[in-house]
Amino acid sequence: MKSTFKRTATAAALVSALALAGCTATSTEEPAASGECAPSDGPVTLTFTSWVPGMDQVVALWNEQNPDIQVEFQTGPSGNSGTYQNFFNEIAAGNAADLGQIEYDALPNFRVQDGLENIAACAGVAEASDDFVEWTWSQVTFGEADAVYAIPQDSGPIAMYYRADLFEQAGIAVPTTWEEYRVAAEQIAAQGAFITNFPKTDVNWFAGMVWQNDGQWFANDGENWDVQLTSDKSVEVADYWQAMIDDGLVSALPSFSDEWNASFNTGAQWTWISAVWGAGTIRSGAPDTAGNWRVAPMPQWEAGGEAAGNWGGSSTAVLKGSDHPYEAAQFALWLNSDPEALALANELGGLYPASKAGATLPVFTADQEFYGGQKIYEVFAQASEWVIPNFIWGPTMTQTYTDVSDGFGTALSGGGTLLDALTAGQQSTIDALKAQSIPVKE
Amino acid sequence: MTTTQSPTAHTRSTSSRKGPMRENVLSRSAAMLIMGVFTIYFLTPIWWLLVSSTKRLDQFTSTAPLWFTPDSFVAFFDNIGRLFAYNDGIFGQWILNSVLYSGVGALLGTLFAAMCGYALAKYRFRGREVIFNVVLSGVLVPATALALPLFLIFSQIGLTNTYWAVFLPSLVSPFGVYLSRIFAAASVPDELIEAARLDGSGEVRTFFVLGVRLMSPALVTIFLFQFVLIWNNFFLPLIMLRDQALFPVTLGLFAWNSSIGQNPDLRLFVIVGAFVSIVPLIIAFLSLQRFWSSGLAAGSVK
Repeated sequence: MKSTFKRTATAAALVSALALAGCTATSTEEPAASGECAPSDGPVTLTFTSWVPGMDQVVALWNEQNPDIQVEFQTGPSGNSGTYQNFFNEIAAGNAADLGQIEYDALPNFRVQDGLENIAACAGVAEASDDFVEWTWSQVTFGEADAVYAIPQDSGPIAMYYRADLFEQAGIAVPTTWEEYRVAAEQIAAQGAFITNFPKTDVNWFAGMVWQNDGQWFANDGENWDVQLTSDKSVEVADYWQAMIDDGLVSALPSFSDEWNASFNTGAQWTWISAVWGAGTIRSGAPDTAGNWRVAPMPQWEAGGEAAGNWGGSSTAVLKGSDHPYEAAQFALWLNSDPEALALANELGGLYPASKAGATLPVFTADQEFYGGQKIYEVFAQASEWVIPNFIWGPTMTQTYTDVSDGFGTALSGGGTLLDALTAGQQSTIDALKAQSIPVKE
Repeated sequence: MTTTQSPTAHTRSTSSRKGPMRENVLSRSAAMLIMGVFTIYFLTPIWWLLVSSTKRLDQFTSTAPLWFTPDSFVAFFDNIGRLFAYNDGIFGQWILNSVLYSGVGALLGTLFAAMCGYALAKYRFRGREVIFNVVLSGVLVPATALALPLFLIFSQIGLTNTYWAVFLPSLVSPFGVYLSRIFAAASVPDELIEAARLDGSGEVRTFFVLGVRLMSPALVTIFLFQFVLIWNNFFLPLIMLRDQALFPVTLGLFAWNSSIGQNPDLRLFVIVGAFVSIVPLIIAFLSLQRFWSSGLAAGSVK
């Protein structure tokens, strides 16, 4: 008896693993399940997995106000550190949480593997499209008709953090275009410092740069994926940074390391092109420089341009197999639009809301002491409007990141170029898509 | 003193002593040097961890990484206090969980391994070697490779995200069975078991009174091994657990570390927490190594 059980269990495991591997792009089938999102009878209990610090307290707030829809909070390491794999395991085993936090760049992976519920028919969801920043909404719908697969949670519009005091002392103008940024880099190098570092592991940062340049890394015509890591716009960005590396104008310090923090703290690096959540990173990593940092919009490719990229951000998705999609959708909407919830998520977890109303919360209109009293979030709110909508992530971003990052590392040590890295990443991404039987254009 | 006779004898005796002495000094200092290098190599990270946990968050990048700051003493206790207070004291819960998983798991795991090894060594029955070989092959299968199949099996019986999901797989120690068998065969004489049987002792009693005592050095080794293995086990809890109240300290620290981007204050808690989390391991080793070494030496002279 025991052995039969074991055998069937193993067989089940095998079958589900195969089913998972054999899944293909399903973006064309079953356009919408409209009318299928009805409330459940009686009180329900949902499970919600997220790794944002303090999210358990936001959930507790909801539980207080909604006795009939109780949410059980689950947690784990950040998505790519294990939680996404856990989601896939759970979906395969049929016991996934009702709701999960998923970053925008991982959503296509879940969509392709059929891991998301379409909640477009749930009350209030379709109507909410205007409440969220445009580009974030297009991330959760994939441009499909009658489809919403998640509710945008937070975003990471990019701007430029810079040492106003050092720029002023050296008489260097704060750059507003990439051309000026390059000139400033040379002047800063003459002072024995670096303008910034080129982060080899933050490939999603590089994607943010391509995003600002109105480039794409992926396209999907409804049938096939098209990998475009080496598109013209992408190559333009790669060439720009390659020239900076070649001329020794940027450091190779890995971002978020101790040395990197120290370089900001001692004035060895003067700027950081980064997302809104980077404000806390500098504040805690470079405490001696309080009052000296300011934030300006990203340097532009054309003078007077109004474009920004995005780095990071996530959504609250209803995972496949949830028994209570209606209630789950209600919770996801509240979590990401209720002012009290957004304020708490920002205070404890540092989230910058994707909801339009979120930008007007008191925390985001206040002076920032560390930034010399500047209202830095106004710069980011503007950047958020400048983020180009319709940037598309591929379904195998983890693999793409790893492969491109390897190439970036080689380029930084002088063994190749950033373009080589993108070319290699292009090919390995096509191979990876094929290996998962995801239709891809050669 | 008799001064005339002794010089030759004296010099001879010193010179004859000097040769091996010099060799001794040479090989000794070489050995000391190698050990010293290794000690530094192994202790530096722990030293760094200790020093870092006595710093405030804003001192990480601005002070010397391997030496204390003037207010280290105060900062250390302040850090510990904040660590245990953060998020309703979840860190204390994680330490307790780890102690529970590792302590109880290693204790029962050792008992089962001892029983199994003793039986394989002392009883003759059909299929004995087959069973032993199957167990032995278990040593070759890495625990990480079993985690995902275990998750899918545990999902079927609804045991994921429970204490049992981590505890049950921790009870199995193929290496322990192997070591127990070897040790039981060598240290528990058949004559003693025979004598116990003649005196009317049952098999179970013989095992606990006689076997366990004679095998105790091996059992301490197995216990320590298993304790460290479960304490450091990361992948299984990562796959099995979602409720942070069930996390062992390794998984908890990893989760914090991966969220530093959202909350930079966690950097401090990760470092101080990592330091606190190795303390129980050090205690376990220091308190058990006495039994361990005295046990290994006992009997070797007889």
